[in-house]
Amino acid sequence: MFGDYSFSDLGSIFVMQGFAGLILFSVFVLMALGLAIIFGQMGVINMAHGEFMILGAYVTWMTSTFFQAHLPALFSIYFFIAMILAFLACGALGMFVEWAMIRHLYKRPLDTLLATWGLSLILQQLYRTVFGAREVGVELPQWMMGSWQATDSIQIPINGMLVMAITLLITLAVAYILYFSSWGRQVRAVVQNRVMADAVGINTERVDRYTFGLGCGIAGVAGSAFTMIGSTGPTSGQLYIVDTFLVVVFGGAGSLAGTIASAFTISQARSTLEFFTSGSMAQVMTLLAVVIILMLRPQGLFALKVRK
Amino acid sequence: MATEDEGPQSRLRRSLLMGMAAAPFAGLLPKTAFAGAPATSAINTTGLAVTDTEVTVGILHSVTGTMAISETGSVEAEKLAIQQINDAGGILGRKIKIIQEDGASDWPTFAEKAKKLLVNDHVAAIFGCWTSASRKAVLPVVEQYNGMLYYPTFYEGLEQSKNVIYTGQEATQQILASLNWVNKEKGAKTFFMVGSDYIWPRTSNKIARKHIEGHLEGCKVVGEEYFPLGATQFNSVINKIKLKKPDVIWMDVVGGSNVAFYKQLKAAGINLDKQLLLTISVTEDEIDGIGGENIAGAYACMKYFESLKNPNNEAFVSAFHKMWGDKTVIGDVTQAAYLGPNLWKLTAEKAGSFDIDKIAAASPGIEFKGAPEGYVKIHDNHHLWSRTRVGRARPDGQFDVVFETPDLIEPNPFPKGYQ
Amino acid sequence: MTANPRFFSRSELVGLGVLALLLVVILPMSLDIFRLNLVAKYLTYSFVALGLVICWGYGGILSLGQGVFFGIGGYCMAMFLKLEASSVENTKIQSTPGIPDFMDWNQITQLPLFWQPFHSLTLSILAVFVVPAIFAFIIGAAMFKRRVGGVYFAIITQAIAAILTILIVGQQGYTGGINGITDLRTLHGWDIRTDSAKFILYFVEVACLFGCLLVALFVKHSKLGRILLAMRDKEDRVRFSGYSVANFKIFAFCLSAVFASIGGALFTLEVGFMSPSFVGIVPSIEMVIYAAVGGRMSIFGAVYGTMVVNYAKTSLSESFPELWQFAFGALFIAVVMLFPNGLAGAWNEYVQPLIDRTFSRNKRSTSVASEHPLANGAPAE
Repeated sequence: MFGDYSFSDLGSIFVMQGFAGLILFSVFVLMALGLAIIFGQMGVINMAHGEFMILGAYVTWMTSTFFQAHLPALFSIYFFIAMILAFLACGALGMFVEWAMIRHLYKRPLDTLLATWGLSLILQQLYRTVFGAREVGVELPQWMMGSWQATDSIQIPINGMLVMAITLLITLAVAYILYFSSWGRQVRAVVQNRVMADAVGINTERVDRYTFGLGCGIAGVAGSAFTMIGSTGPTSGQLYIVDTFLVVVFGGAGSLAGTIASAFTISQARSTLEFFTSGSMAQVMTLLAVVIILMLRPQGLFALKVRK
Repeated sequence: MATEDEGPQSRLRRSLLMGMAAAPFAGLLPKTAFAGAPATSAINTTGLAVTDTEVTVGILHSVTGTMAISETGSVEAEKLAIQQINDAGGILGRKIKIIQEDGASDWPTFAEKAKKLLVNDHVAAIFGCWTSASRKAVLPVVEQYNGMLYYPTFYEGLEQSKNVIYTGQEATQQILASLNWVNKEKGAKTFFMVGSDYIWPRTSNKIARKHIEGHLEGCKVVGEEYFPLGATQFNSVINKIKLKKPDVIWMDVVGGSNVAFYKQLKAAGINLDKQLLLTISVTEDEIDGIGGENIAGAYACMKYFESLKNPNNEAFVSAFHKMWGDKTVIGDVTQAAYLGPNLWKLTAEKAGSFDIDKIAAASPGIEFKGAPEGYVKIHDNHHLWSRTRVGRARPDGQFDVVFETPDLIEPNPFPKGYQ
Repeated sequence: MTANPRFFSRSELVGLGVLALLLVVILPMSLDIFRLNLVAKYLTYSFVALGLVICWGYGGILSLGQGVFFGIGGYCMAMFLKLEASSVENTKIQSTPGIPDFMDWNQITQLPLFWQPFHSLTLSILAVFVVPAIFAFIIGAAMFKRRVGGVYFAIITQAIAAILTILIVGQQGYTGGINGITDLRTLHGWDIRTDSAKFILYFVEVACLFGCLLVALFVKHSKLGRILLAMRDKEDRVRFSGYSVANFKIFAFCLSAVFASIGGALFTLEVGFMSPSFVGIVPSIEMVIYAAVGGRMSIFGAVYGTMVVNYAKTSLSESFPELWQFAFGALFIAVVMLFPNGLAGAWNEYVQPLIDRTFSRNKRSTSVASEHPLANGAPAE
């Protein structure tokens, strides 16, 4: 298929395709990080993860309409405020859900799956009732649209780079929180041995609540970031959920590095295959490969040894 | 354990009993019709739900689920048309009564509800369905129980039924003229097709490809790509488009994927002022979600745009906004849904009856001069003669009509040489 | 739990009798054919729920991909019916007469090889049983031999459901795509669309359901059922006792797959078409909730749970479509948080003691769910 093209053409396409893969990688990491924290650290399956992302997207949309109407001068920077608001809103809802529902189900992981699925149905209908069935278009400040002209033939989407930057920032923050802060040490202690952690005076209930809140908050930021590249509708969240779970499981639960490595593998495989075959086939082939690998190596790429 | 089931079951029985109890009273209603209106026995010989004052019809669209986004407009248009007909005195002296059912974006539910409308409610016509899948599920039902379905969406063709009137365009009506236009007016030679992975885009692209490669001189298709419904990542295909540098990007991606595609296209630096993009799947409804600024400059091939300038359309648009609010937009399918009740009224008046067989027989040749899209006429094959128009998207979410076929185009659901 | 020398306890015989009375006598007599056909549609899902009781309730394996097997059964049957409906006579307007219409639209000029066996009804029915069993065996063997379980299994089965949906939709020339296989007419010349056919099919289905119920009860009372229970609660101890845990799990999973497949085949006959919308993630999870509402440990509960939820869905969504979504979501949460044993649990807790008191029987009832007090509901991982 490359016979007809000049060398420089191909070169720039490969650069841009590499960036496309990186953007997809960032999207996957953003989607999966919150889930990896919740699933990996707490063993809870949150099927409503996609709906938390969409909540973040709706918060962004509301912020943008508010700024358009009342503070048009600051419109160009509203996005960052929206992201913080999305984090807070989703985190608060997450903590509430943990308190009302999840904490009663820690011994029954399969049941959290059903209960959170129910929650996702309720949230979807809530969005539909409040915001309408149609997708809402989030208007972006002018500087975030368009692309950066690296050379004559290489254009890199600005929103893609923003997504990458946000991903990097959040990943670093999460890594710091989990591995260097005292709270992170508590979280990891609870993961490794809940009873012992309790015995040495860690308030495991509070750790659980904040962990869940953090995971949901990150989902909110992800949703906010996705308004730059995707659609925001009541059922958009469901589109992401399978991909997200596979990324987390493929990486090996409980391992941040594993999640990132698996997001990288899956996204690169997907975007390369998309280029050489077609969108539909690429998705089937990557999903199939992931499932087969998981059957051969069920613990995922990086598995954390946990005392049960 | 049987008591658990007692509730629903006895409720079922109760509703049945109530039905039976009501039956004798129906006979007590006055048999005489209103002055001027024909007798019920004359215009309804097959037991449809027609009384001396009322005729019952069904509206069957998704109000919940993923398709609710698209189908809401059709429901609104059908209700508007029915209200207008009632305000003008109804049909054959009878007011239209609506029974609305929710297809819930689920095809068996569509079939089930269609059956309910026909078997339980004996509706005289059904206005409904949107996706091809829902129509395919409903079609055997309306054929078996001899109902009448008015289907509003532009679709892939390859179908014709005595029991269906297709008020949208079949694929060739939408595609061929616009391809000719883009080839002749814009000198386009190469095409890159991107579609959602299901029957309508695949069939439409097949027809488009045959036309491009067989009927347009020196033209070719340089790429054809499909994405699962709901896909949100288009960067790879956009890169492929950049590599192939087609004259025209030919789009039939549907639903929320549109939003992702146009945002990413714009972000990738493809400027729709310079790059021709022809879509057959984006109407004013979709632009609401995509954002006008993201798609401005793209061309859409439809038979109707809200911005059409004619007296019919101006009346229609203002009535629609009055009923459903100023913020609502009217897309191609919404207008086609508006045609359904109006065509049915004209047909019933011509046939002088609500009987399905007489309606079906009287349908060919029905002309509706008040259509917002202009003049339409029902063909022998139960599709509509209609024009093809090309509109260019503006940042405010409306289209500028840049081209319109001079004549009505004949519907041809089984196009020879394109299959 | 004491070993029961007989296969069915008395309360189970009563349960079978009551269900038979309801399905064979009361419902057909009180409902018109339209409503009866709806009941028939609901009952096809109860096959799936029944399979889930075995593999989830007893075996502790939650599969979120039962729609896959429902779909396999449904498609096997639909392919046979479609071939019969696409006789050369019926399809003479096509460019290649004698093949299904959607193939003709996709320029396929010859019936693909894997469609050939479906000319024969015997082979088609055989496929309804064998194909899902093989498929479940491959998945089960790969996963259970490596001790994948619990949450991982649930997510992987979910992914399989997603993959199959995308494949069916994408390969529309061979599968009918998103529209599915529609316009099915006759079974060996017998028109399945008429009211009388629907009536007969309903009884065929009820007979199949009782067949599956008997198999499920048999499994429950056999050694297999007890090992499954033991395994669910303390897998390692069963393994240390010398049992091959994986093989039992594989069997339970295959059995549930075959049940689901039978349900799917009957669904195609009752409803008259099959589409990928029954294969994906959403229907698969909905089917789990039917079993949960009935009581995940209750074999009869699966049937009642399915009927109650679907009846509520039909009637509520007719009058309040929006409310239904909220109610359905709340149902998931309520059944997990408040009634982990579903209807069967409520029955055993409130109604059964009442009956026992009334008839002043001293003998402890050995009805379905009381056998195993489900304090925690789900299996410990």
